[in-house]
Amino acid sequence: MNVTRGFTGRPRAHRPGLPPGQYDAGDDWPVLSAEVTPDLAPADWTFRVDGLVAAPRTWDWDEAHALPESAYEGDIHCVTSWSKFGVRFAGVSLDAFLAAVRPDAAATHAVAYAHTGYTTNLPLADLTGGRAWIVWEYDDKPLAAEHGGPARLLVPHLYFWKSAKWIAGLRLLDHDEPGFWEQNGYHGRGNPWEEQRYAGD
Amino acid sequence: MTETFTPPTRFAVPGRIAVSNRAAALWQTATLTEIRRETPRASTFRFAVPAWAGHLPGQHLMLRLTADDGYTAQRHYSIASAPDDDGHVELTLDHVDGGEVSGWFHTRAEPGDEVQVRGPLSGFFAWPGDRPALLIGAGSGVVPLMSMVRHHRARGLDVPLRLLVSARGPEELIYAREYGAETLPVYTRSAPEGVPVGRLAAHHLASLLAEEPEGGWEAYVCGSNAFAEHASRLLVRAGQPVDRIRIERFG
Repeated sequence: MNVTRGFTGRPRAHRPGLPPGQYDAGDDWPVLSAEVTPDLAPADWTFRVDGLVAAPRTWDWDEAHALPESAYEGDIHCVTSWSKFGVRFAGVSLDAFLAAVRPDAAATHAVAYAHTGYTTNLPLADLTGGRAWIVWEYDDKPLAAEHGGPARLLVPHLYFWKSAKWIAGLRLLDHDEPGFWEQNGYHGRGNPWEEQRYAGD
Repeated sequence: MTETFTPPTRFAVPGRIAVSNRAAALWQTATLTEIRRETPRASTFRFAVPAWAGHLPGQHLMLRLTADDGYTAQRHYSIASAPDDDGHVELTLDHVDGGEVSGWFHTRAEPGDEVQVRGPLSGFFAWPGDRPALLIGAGSGVVPLMSMVRHHRARGLDVPLRLLVSARGPEELIYAREYGAETLPVYTRSAPEGVPVGRLAAHHLASLLAEEPEGGWEAYVCGSNAFAEHASRLLVRAGQPVDRIRIERFG
């Protein structure tokens, strides 16, 4: 252990929900997108699921809102070391979209892409089973543009760069393809509980 | 060879360089060799990292402090120094109110202290010195941009480079003594005699974008989220292509 002389750190408040190497950001919600925040109105937003599916489909704002509402209440974790507790997002479970397109048995991974062209790759298993959402509300208010509004992907059990802002679609694949940060040295899966921050972790 | 999916949407800014995953995975000991005050709130910390793999201007590293009970705190910091600094890297850190890591640096750290670093990380905000660079930073957001200015100068590069740096006043302008003709400071609260006070505005960008060099500017924006939103909107309105704007926001 490489102890830093004179460093004591914050009081060790016991936080069972805090993954290793993370700190509680409290009320802060840092914005870290690498691109210009797009000027995207709900009326111009669409979400498409295609690739290895039986029935590729695009939803517009109203069609997506006609699906059963589903909310996430819990924590989120950013690779830059902040975690945020007790957030509430509302939208639709990704399971509802996937049920409509019927993924092929061969589909194992997905690339999520944004209206800005941002991409991130995920195992399909991380997007199913009630663990991923398309969300448009935060704390009962419309999701702010800088946080990915009008709608973003939410995969809260992985580092938050996987939760693509300004979500435009998912392409289902039978193999893994690195997305934007993954091509820039970040980990392929990004599980905060295993501290999968960078490739090789 | 890994395939790369290209989305059917207008593409975001592509990465600039291939990143060494091996360097990023390894924690190394960095020994503090020098502390230089830059402003009342910011100091530069120079480290010896003998096995440093080298970096490009604009890249960052992750730094970790460890308490004697094993508790650790880690943060990402942009690298301030130019690449050709043989086994050394420099970071310039603001003293953040209540900052767990920056607080240690500003109140306890002394030459000889050891910390852990891993990196360099991320190729997205890197500038290899190839394309004309339009750099826009505020506060300590100038740190990764200064690495680019220093690289440009140290290598005697011909490629155009301009820096717009916003600070509250002259006493808070980091690296004030180092700037040359490539830099225009913008003061938001107080300015030297004869220099206007005001926020970064369209007119600051207009002349730079008008003299667009061959191949166009690659814009690098760094600062708080509020500044990054403001500056990137100004750039888009002034005609800078969205896919030629790279943003690094504090968080």
